[in-house]
Amino acid sequence: MIKPGRTEFLERGSYRQRRFRDAARLLPILAAVLMVLPLMWPRENADESLTSSGVVYLFGLWALLVVLAFVLSKVLRFSDPADGPTDGFEATSGRGRE
Amino acid sequence: MISFNLLIFVSLAYVVFLFSVAFAAERRAALGKTGWLRSSTIYTLSLSIYCTAWTFYGAVGYAARSGLEFLTIYLGPTLVMIGWWWLVRKLVRIGRTQRLTSIADLISSRYGKSGALGVLVTVLAIVGTTPYIALQLQSVTQSIGVFAASSGEVWLPRDLNRAAMWVAVGLAVFTVLFGTRNLDAHERHHGIVLAIAVEAVVKLCALLAVGIFVVWGVAGGVGPTLDLIDASAQSQWAPVPSRWIGLIFVSGAAFLCLPRMFQVLVVENSDESNLSTASWAFPAYLLLMSLFVVPIAVVGLDLMPAGANPDLFVVTVPLSEGRQGLAILAFLGGFSSATSMVIVATLALATMVSNHIVVPSWLTARTPGAVVSGDVRAVVVLSRRLSIGVILALGYIYFRLSGGGTALAAIGLVSFTGVVQVLPAMLGGVFWRGANRHGAGAGLLVGFTVWAWTYFLPSFGMDAVISQSVFMSGPFGIDWLRPEALFGISGMDPFVHALFWSMFLNTSAFMIVSILTFPNPLERLQGAQFVNVFDYSGGARTWSQSAAQAEDLLVMSQRILGGAEAQAIFRTEAQSQGKAGFQPDVTADFVGRLERELSGSVGAATAHAMIGQLTEGTMVSVDDLIAVADETAQIMEYSSKLEAKSAEQENTARALREANDKLTALSIQKDAFLSQISHELRTPMTSIRSFSDILRDGEIEDDARKRFAGIIHDETNRLTRLLDDLLDLGVLESGQVQLNLGQGMLGDVIDRAVIASGANAGTLEISRKPAREAVSVQTDLDRLAQVFINLISNAAKYCISDAPQLRIIVREIGGQTVVDFCDNGAGIPNESRVMIFEKFSRLEDAGKAGGAGLGLAICRQIMGALGGDVTYLPGQNGAAFRVTLPAAHALAAQ
Repeated sequence: MIKPGRTEFLERGSYRQRRFRDAARLLPILAAVLMVLPLMWPRENADESLTSSGVVYLFGLWALLVVLAFVLSKVLRFSDPADGPTDGFEATSGRGRE
Repeated sequence: MISFNLLIFVSLAYVVFLFSVAFAAERRAALGKTGWLRSSTIYTLSLSIYCTAWTFYGAVGYAARSGLEFLTIYLGPTLVMIGWWWLVRKLVRIGRTQRLTSIADLISSRYGKSGALGVLVTVLAIVGTTPYIALQLQSVTQSIGVFAASSGEVWLPRDLNRAAMWVAVGLAVFTVLFGTRNLDAHERHHGIVLAIAVEAVVKLCALLAVGIFVVWGVAGGVGPTLDLIDASAQSQWAPVPSRWIGLIFVSGAAFLCLPRMFQVLVVENSDESNLSTASWAFPAYLLLMSLFVVPIAVVGLDLMPAGANPDLFVVTVPLSEGRQGLAILAFLGGFSSATSMVIVATLALATMVSNHIVVPSWLTARTPGAVVSGDVRAVVVLSRRLSIGVILALGYIYFRLSGGGTALAAIGLVSFTGVVQVLPAMLGGVFWRGANRHGAGAGLLVGFTVWAWTYFLPSFGMDAVISQSVFMSGPFGIDWLRPEALFGISGMDPFVHALFWSMFLNTSAFMIVSILTFPNPLERLQGAQFVNVFDYSGGARTWSQSAAQAEDLLVMSQRILGGAEAQAIFRTEAQSQGKAGFQPDVTADFVGRLERELSGSVGAATAHAMIGQLTEGTMVSVDDLIAVADETAQIMEYSSKLEAKSAEQENTARALREANDKLTALSIQKDAFLSQISHELRTPMTSIRSFSDILRDGEIEDDARKRFAGIIHDETNRLTRLLDDLLDLGVLESGQVQLNLGQGMLGDVIDRAVIASGANAGTLEISRKPAREAVSVQTDLDRLAQVFINLISNAAKYCISDAPQLRIIVREIGGQTVVDFCDNGAGIPNESRVMIFEKFSRLEDAGKAGGAGLGLAICRQIMGALGGDVTYLPGQNGAAFRVTLPAAHALAAQ
């Protein structure tokens, strides 16, 4: 049973926007996995557990995350036309004495 | 010598600069020019108060001691910010809609505006933050001490203490000056935010400068630096998994729960869209802040003597290389880190203390009596100012008591672990409607207690607060309560141990108690508002029906907001209700809105309590909640009913339109029929009259008289037939028809009809299949024959074809016998098919046949009376009619 007032199928733009939101939700999960990944690195001999490779990996990952977050921030919109006006910050920012 | 005096001078100049920046920002904001003050850049930079002196100095020390583990402290917040769509976005929206003033306000507001929870969180925050403030004071004085030492001055601990005191006083003045100007926390502290944004830039530049100097100036490039790392004491990286994960978790959680972070992240947020910029810009800031930490640590370890404090490498490395300017910049960076943290933390705590402890106590202690406009406001402002002083004094006292020793260095993590005890109540409050205040209170108390017992008190060291015997064998010899081995699980890292048990027991208590107890209506209302914040455009009704008078509310609002502002709100409300003056109707909505306005100043709990005094006993109840839900359900039901109704009406309208079309057509047909029938009646009457005149008047020959009499007879017959048809139809329609039931073979009836219609005499060729007609029927055979006659003679009359043909086919369809009469003429046009069975109906060009348009109408009436039907059968290459015989009377002959 579909709730009344909820759109079941979206036109292309809204559909893409929903997927961007999925990406925004997934990004921290991906990031978390990659951040704990070094715990599983082999460390049998001294060459395999160098701090310098850790520095390169972690900062590389970090820079990648910044870039991905940047891209997402450019394509994500706060309001989705398919959601109606309630999900838009424009809807609330006009209230009060701010 | 010069360097130390220069340092003091530069520091003072920097402080003056910060004051003027803050002052200029306040001026701009007062003029309403808040444009770039609310920009996403300023917002992102203000988040950098996460990076305190603990980051600026401590990270290098941390890296020098434990390698890459320091990074976890910045990876956690990175996760939170790039995952802003999950949580931060929601918190900010809630903060805006509920006018939250602090994290204590969030918890209190969510759990039914509970005063007790607000107090609990406030106390927790103070206990967790005070050591942290002490840490900042320590870092500033230590770095001053470094300069003093390098310039040859001998600083006694007494001098360091005095320096710490002056720093604390200066910070108090700054915070009081720019932090307590505005009362409505949602008017935001532009001065402070801009000042900490400037400090954010300074500390980043300072750390980058030192880093660049170390990498390219000392180590000699990126490659050599990496080599240096590999050659250092920290060359091996073997992270402890539990610590690695625990630290990322605790730093991410602390980023959300630290009072100062909540202040800048949620309370000072002026535009939600700033979040999307901060989502990448803040991680980028953290990345840059951490980038040179390892190189500085490694170079420091390499250059400095063995006993040197790695916490101060950021300053001591440039100093030892003779770079005084760089060292002073580094000092300013550390100073900025420390001061910005202290300012915001103090402000956030002061807001919490005044809103959740001082003002409620003051209101309770005061006997209700004379109220003065702005008196609450004065109390709030005064209590905030005093709180700022008291909190900084507490930090200073803590600094003095702890002796500024190394014990403080570990306090960062202790503090983080303490404040994240708020996390379960916060996340639960935002995502779980079932969370209630009993659960939140239980979780907070349990978490707080476990944290204090396993981490906070032990952090003072063996025998400081907890004696060694308790460490070894537990309190009163209860072995499983040992502070660092709860439930007998020993050997865990103390941090992981404390974090795991405090969070686990906290969350468990929170959930179990929430599940077992019942929330009050206000909690349920707030729970729905928080959890579904994106579905509500405004606040929900908190008051069912207000008994308060507008005047009382105005008086109360004036106490909190001051006269002018309160009057402005009331005037606006009155105008929106279409009334003049300052006394709007006290609707539930208005009271709710007013409460939110007030809560922006004094917190949700206090605002609610104050309005509660005036509108006593009219707070929202479970019944109201259910009524609201019912209302919604009713509206939905009503709208779906309306939808159904409108569909029904559409159908009716369509039927009516069709009926109207039919009636219009019939009316036209009727007119035509009347003229036709008068013509039909008139023609024979005219000839009857004229021929009877001739017969009466003249002497006529015999054969002519015979002929005339024959004409008169024929015409009379025609008239009679016409009148018979009309009478017949009248009888059939009135339902008074007498049926003469009999039994016979269908073939015989058709034979009779063909003969009676006289069709076989004309040009019409009739084809039949006699074998199929051997069906016995039991009905009024005469009436059936009448129908057949009509259909056959119709075909004879109207079939316009060179070789007119009529096929009479008997079939059995679905147990019923049908007789089809199909000719090979032009057929009947689609638009006329609905009309042909109506009486008076005639196809336009059929006048030549002289029919009155009653035949098919009579057929249908007869078949209806017999229990069968006659219909037009489309798609037969000509006109085709199907006579369906009544089922019960059609019996197989065999």
